[in-house]
Amino acid sequence: MQIAPALDPLQSLQEKFPEAIVFIKTFREELTIVVQPNAILEIMTYLRNTPGLVYNFLSDISSVDYYPHTPSEERPERYGVSYHIYSMLYNRRLRIKVFAAEDEPVIPTIISVYPGANWLEREILDLMGIRFEGHPDQRRLLMPDDWNGHPARRDVPMGKEMVQFSFNVEDIMKHKPHASSSN
Amino acid sequence: MATPPPANATKALWEGSLEELRGLVSNRAMTGETMLLNMGPHHPSTHGVLRLLLELDGEEIVTCLPDIGYLHTGIEKNIEDKSYEKAVPLTDRMDYLSPMSNNMAFCMAVEKLVALDVPERAQIIRVICLELSRIASHMVWLGTHALDMGAMSVFLYCFREREFILRIFEMLSGQRMMGSYIRPGGLWRDVPAEFYGAVNQFLEYFQPKIDDYESILTNNPIWLDRTQGVGVIEPDVALAWGMTGAVLRGSGVNWDIRKAMPYSGYETYDFEVPLGEHGDVYDRFYVRIQELRQSVKILQQAMKKLPKKGPFRSSNRKFVPPPRSELGSSMEAVIHHFKLWTQGFDAPDEEVYVSIESPRGEMACYLHGTGGQKPRRVHFKTPSFMHISSLPVVSEGYLIADMIAIIGSVDIVLGDCDR
Repeated sequence: MQIAPALDPLQSLQEKFPEAIVFIKTFREELTIVVQPNAILEIMTYLRNTPGLVYNFLSDISSVDYYPHTPSEERPERYGVSYHIYSMLYNRRLRIKVFAAEDEPVIPTIISVYPGANWLEREILDLMGIRFEGHPDQRRLLMPDDWNGHPARRDVPMGKEMVQFSFNVEDIMKHKPHASSSN
Repeated sequence: MATPPPANATKALWEGSLEELRGLVSNRAMTGETMLLNMGPHHPSTHGVLRLLLELDGEEIVTCLPDIGYLHTGIEKNIEDKSYEKAVPLTDRMDYLSPMSNNMAFCMAVEKLVALDVPERAQIIRVICLELSRIASHMVWLGTHALDMGAMSVFLYCFREREFILRIFEMLSGQRMMGSYIRPGGLWRDVPAEFYGAVNQFLEYFQPKIDDYESILTNNPIWLDRTQGVGVIEPDVALAWGMTGAVLRGSGVNWDIRKAMPYSGYETYDFEVPLGEHGDVYDRFYVRIQELRQSVKILQQAMKKLPKKGPFRSSNRKFVPPPRSELGSSMEAVIHHFKLWTQGFDAPDEEVYVSIESPRGEMACYLHGTGGQKPRRVHFKTPSFMHISSLPVVSEGYLIADMIAIIGSVDIVLGDCDR
C-alpha cells in the first residue's frame, strides 16, 4: 500500500478554509490553529479524511476560561476549546482551537466525525457550560443533576460547600433548587 | 436524637421516571418489553463506584448507560488554586493504582511549560518508577479480573507481588501508594542505597511468577470459554472511540506512546509492543501479560544503566528548590528556597499538551498557565474516561455475565475517570 506524502496541516487549511482561520501560534513546538467555531465540523472532517493529513485519532477536548476577559486577536472571546488531534500515520499532533462567546457559548458538535467526542463534550458542557449544538445527550456528566452553575469557570469560587449532616440538613436543603421549587 | 429531614426535602428528590430516559434507551424499554437493571454503584465487579443502567432482553444487553461522577473530587479545579509544585500530591489521587504515571504526566506538562530540564539520572529513575507502577497496576488488574471470573488464587498471588513494589515505593517516598515522588524538574529526593538491591531482587523474584499466572490462566479451558470471542472491539471502532493502551493494542493497532513519541529516554530501551489479533477479552488479557514481561525487560536495562551517583533533579534554582545542605552556607539558596516554598514559580500564559503511556492507556495533561504562580486551567485526559464512554458500543449484544469480563478487561479506575 502506498502512503501519501505528508502535507503541512497549516498550509492545506489555509488553502482550503482561508476565511475560517483566525490566529496561528506555535509554542514549544506545538502548533495551534484558532478557527471560527461555525467551521469546526468541516475542518475536522477535512483533517480526518484528507490523504496526507489523516488526523484519525481525537486525543482530547479541553476547555479554558479566560475570565476576566479582554478581547484580543489571539483570544477573541472568553471561552476557549482546544481539540487535540493526532495522526497515527504521520505520528504528529495538532491543536485546533475555537472560542465561544461569554453570553451564549455554543459550538457545533463533532460527534459525527469522532464518536469519542461524546463524553468529552458532555464534560465541558457540565463543568464549563459550553453547549455543543447537535449533541444527542445533553445531561450533566460528572456533577449531580441538581447542581447550579458550572464549577470549572474561573468566576466560580473554590470550595465552601457545607457537608450535609442531620443537624444542618434543613439549612442546606433551603438552598437546593429541587427543595425550593417543589413548594 | 437526630432531627429527621423535612418532609418536603425528601419528597422532592428525584424519584425516577422512564420518560427521562426516552431517546437514551430503546423504545422497547418504554413498553416494558425489555428490562432496565441497575448494576452498581456498589457492585464489586464494577471496580469502583460506577453505575451501569443496563437494558436487558432476557440475559442479553441491548444497551447500557454508564453513570459516572460518584468519585468526582474536583482535582482539576483544586489545582487552579495551587502552585505547580504543590499540585503534585493532588494528581496522585486520580488514578490511585498508578500514582506515579499521574505525577509524571503533570510534571512533564509543567516542565514543558517552563522549559525545565531533567537530568539523565532522574529520567532513568523515573522510568524505573513508571515501569514498577505499571507492574503494580497490572497486578491489581489481573487479580481482580481473574477474581471476577472465579479464579480466586490468582488474586492472592497478584497482591503478594504488588506488596513487593509498594515496599519499594515506601522506601523511595515514605508512602506506599500516594508518594508524590516525581516532581517538576526531577524527583523529590535521591533513591536510598537499599533501592538497587530491592529492585534487582524483585526482578529476579517476579520473572518466574509471570509464568505461574500463565500456567493458571492462559490455557485454562474455563478461562478461554469466558474470554475468547467476548467483547470484541474492531480496530476502527477502538480508534473512533478514542481507546488507547492495551485495549487498542489488543485490537491490533500498534500504538504505544513510549515508542511513537518517546519521553524520559524511552527511545534508548530495547522492548517490544505486544499486539492482539481479535480484540476480544482474551487478547487484551494476553497483551497485558506480555507487557509485564516487557516491563521487566525495561527495568533490567534501566537498573544496568542507572549510575550510583549523580543529580536527581534539575539544578535550575528558579524552579527547583536547592538541596538542604546549601541552606546553611548560601544566602542565595535561602532566598530561592523561601521564594519557591512561599510563592512557587511563574509560568507563561500559554498552553501545552503532554501525553504519556500510563498502565491503562494514554494519560494526557493539558496545562494552561496564567503568567503567574498558579495555572489557569488543568485538564487531564484519562484513559478510563474514554473506555467507560465506549462501554455501550463494546457491550452491545453480549450477555450480562460477559459485561463483568468486559469491564475487567478494559481495566477501568473510577478515580481516573471522575477526577
